[in-house]
Amino acid sequence: MALLEVKDLKVRVEEREILHGLTLTVNEGEVHAIMGPNGSGKSTLSHVIAGKPGYEVTDGQILFKGEDLLEMSPDERAAKGVFLAFQYPVEIPGVATMNFLRTALNAQRKARGEDEYSTPDFLKKVREVSKSLNIPQDMLKRGVNVGFSGGEKKRNEVLQMALFEPSLCILDEMDSGLDIDALRIAADGVNALRSPGRAMVVITHYQRLLNYIVPDFVHVMSRGRVVKSGAKDLALELEASGYAQFEDA
Amino acid sequence: MNVAVAKTGKGRAVSDLFTSAEGRLPGSPAVTAVRREAFETYERLGLPHRRIEEWKYTDLRALIGEVLPLAAAPDAAALKRAADAVKVHAIDGARKLVLVDGVFAADLSDVKALAAEAGFGTLRETLEKDAGLLKTASLDAVIALNAAMATDGVVLSIADGAQLPAPIQIIHIATAASASAFTRSQVAVGKGARATIVETFVAAGAKAYQVNDAVLVSVDDDADVAHIRLMDDAPDAMNVSSHFVTVGANVKLNFFNMTTGAAVSRLQGFIALAGEGSELSANGVNLLQKTEHGDTTLVVDHAVPNCVSREVFRAVIDDRAHSVFQGRIIVRPDAQKTDGKMMTRALLLSDEAEADNKPELEIFADDVSCGHGATAGALDDSLLFYLKARGLPEKQAQALLIQAFVGEAIEQIADDGLRAHVIGIAERWLERRQ
Ligand SMILES: Nc1ncnc2c1ncn2[C@@H]1O[C@H](COP(=O)(O)OP(=O)(O)OP(=O)(O)O)[C@@H](O)[C@H]1O
Ligand SMILES: [Mg+2]
Repeated sequence: MALLEVKDLKVRVEEREILHGLTLTVNEGEVHAIMGPNGSGKSTLSHVIAGKPGYEVTDGQILFKGEDLLEMSPDERAAKGVFLAFQYPVEIPGVATMNFLRTALNAQRKARGEDEYSTPDFLKKVREVSKSLNIPQDMLKRGVNVGFSGGEKKRNEVLQMALFEPSLCILDEMDSGLDIDALRIAADGVNALRSPGRAMVVITHYQRLLNYIVPDFVHVMSRGRVVKSGAKDLALELEASGYAQFEDA
Repeated sequence: MNVAVAKTGKGRAVSDLFTSAEGRLPGSPAVTAVRREAFETYERLGLPHRRIEEWKYTDLRALIGEVLPLAAAPDAAALKRAADAVKVHAIDGARKLVLVDGVFAADLSDVKALAAEAGFGTLRETLEKDAGLLKTASLDAVIALNAAMATDGVVLSIADGAQLPAPIQIIHIATAASASAFTRSQVAVGKGARATIVETFVAAGAKAYQVNDAVLVSVDDDADVAHIRLMDDAPDAMNVSSHFVTVGANVKLNFFNMTTGAAVSRLQGFIALAGEGSELSANGVNLLQKTEHGDTTLVVDHAVPNCVSREVFRAVIDDRAHSVFQGRIIVRPDAQKTDGKMMTRALLLSDEAEADNKPELEIFADDVSCGHGATAGALDDSLLFYLKARGLPEKQAQALLIQAFVGEAIEQIADDGLRAHVIGIAERWLERRQ
């Protein structure tokens, strides 16, 4: 079943069109990689899917599980199962990570009409997940991402993904800033979440990540459009030939 | 009586205020004379207005118009309502001292438990012997009015070396609508003593009431005092509180005020550091909504060398509310090596919210380290979006960021239990916004 359908999406930021009619379909259980040069609109696409303000959708639509995603507030999208691991996660001083995780998880559950987690259940779950991602407990006592290294911030994103169990995971350059070991741990965390009901969109510049998280499809974005789609070998081709062939597309 | 009656209608009402109350105002004949003199001072000055520098941002004359008549002494029904309110607002384990509509309510208070730990009396009793408590250095009109009209208060003395096992919580409860309560209290902390004083202002059903409170605090050498004030009045009330604090040597004083209610409120604190080596931490939070006006004015007077003062103030202002912070640090010529810092930040939750910050440094010594900073701004959109993208609805995302913002002041409260109590009140304010 199609989980995400982006149809002929046109998006403007501050009077400038960034996405010029982008189409992308992601089915349940699939992993899609999106590659493409800097500034081609990859993060813009991920932001529009997550509901970040400041983007004007002038044409096209985004359906999530058949529903109009653009009609929903960001928190509604999250509760429905959309998760974006940010390219640049923000720091939130004064909001303890643990408190944030619990508040967010319970807000999503409440919105879905599910019971809130009890404190012991929640703590158990966080401990399990953080252990598997090699995240020390005392990091969770600090403010959200405050003083975290670049790699720690990215791991915190994967932690949230594992905790919230979304059905669509968009990973925006999860690999940037991660050392080789951290990359493997984070990728293992992501792979553990692969399931028939869940889809992933992995935005990256490097084939290396795709050795760990092996995609079913690879799309090339250039100048606000998907200009080529293929199987995982396309990423290898790109590594060899670069993006120049698409610049005039 | 020999009080000059002012010509305006409002002045006349105020005169009636005093004459009609006089029979209920405790004190010896000497006290009565002091009261009359204070009232004359008040009448001469009138309610403070914006052309008086200290009241520039809080034009009390325009904001409240007139002073309401003295509340009647509480009857049985009022005391019953007050008792219910005490249950809600009491801090676990604290020794409670309850004032209902400006009258000490012994039955609602823990006088017996407290007697073993500290000296206790009421203003009413004290004024039978001595008028000293009605005198303060300031000629401020509201303080003069308080001296003239104070019906009761608590008089606490904490012996040298005493280590109080529990906080003392003075709870002011308003049950009478459209009436005024005038209270005045004294807290004297002895050498090397350790004490926590909490003052709580709340309503038990009362609307549109006015509170005028004054507290005189002295902290002797080597004492360690936490003083927490919670102005959680009804939304249409007025509360003007004045604090006079004198601090000895090597004292640790941790002062905190939070305003979460009242249409019009002002805390004016005058803290004199009169002994060397003392550390003052004076912090505050204003949480204001609708058309509320909340003013925190702190004057920290470094009179001697080698003291440290730190002020952290946070205002959260919603709707068309107006927050005022005036912080003045005075460093007298002798007060070398003074280290005084003040940081105030305002968070504006609506386009019509207003914040006035007036930090002032008056430095007459040359070897000091003093500074202040002030910022005002809205919630950070990128942080809000991050929280929303994780499933928090708008108001809840805001609440989390607001809590973090005021947390910078609240975390200055050292005691875990008290801090949790204060956070609880802030959370209830946030829930009222939802
Ligand atoms: N808020 C904004 N205001 C103005 N221009 C913007 C804004 N956000 C994005 N853009 C522009 O939109 C284009 C696409 O940016 P986007 O961040 O989506 O690219 P990207 O493919 O994620 O690039 P990278 O690989 O460097 O992360 C860029 O030209 C960028 O400058
Ligand atoms: Mg990007």
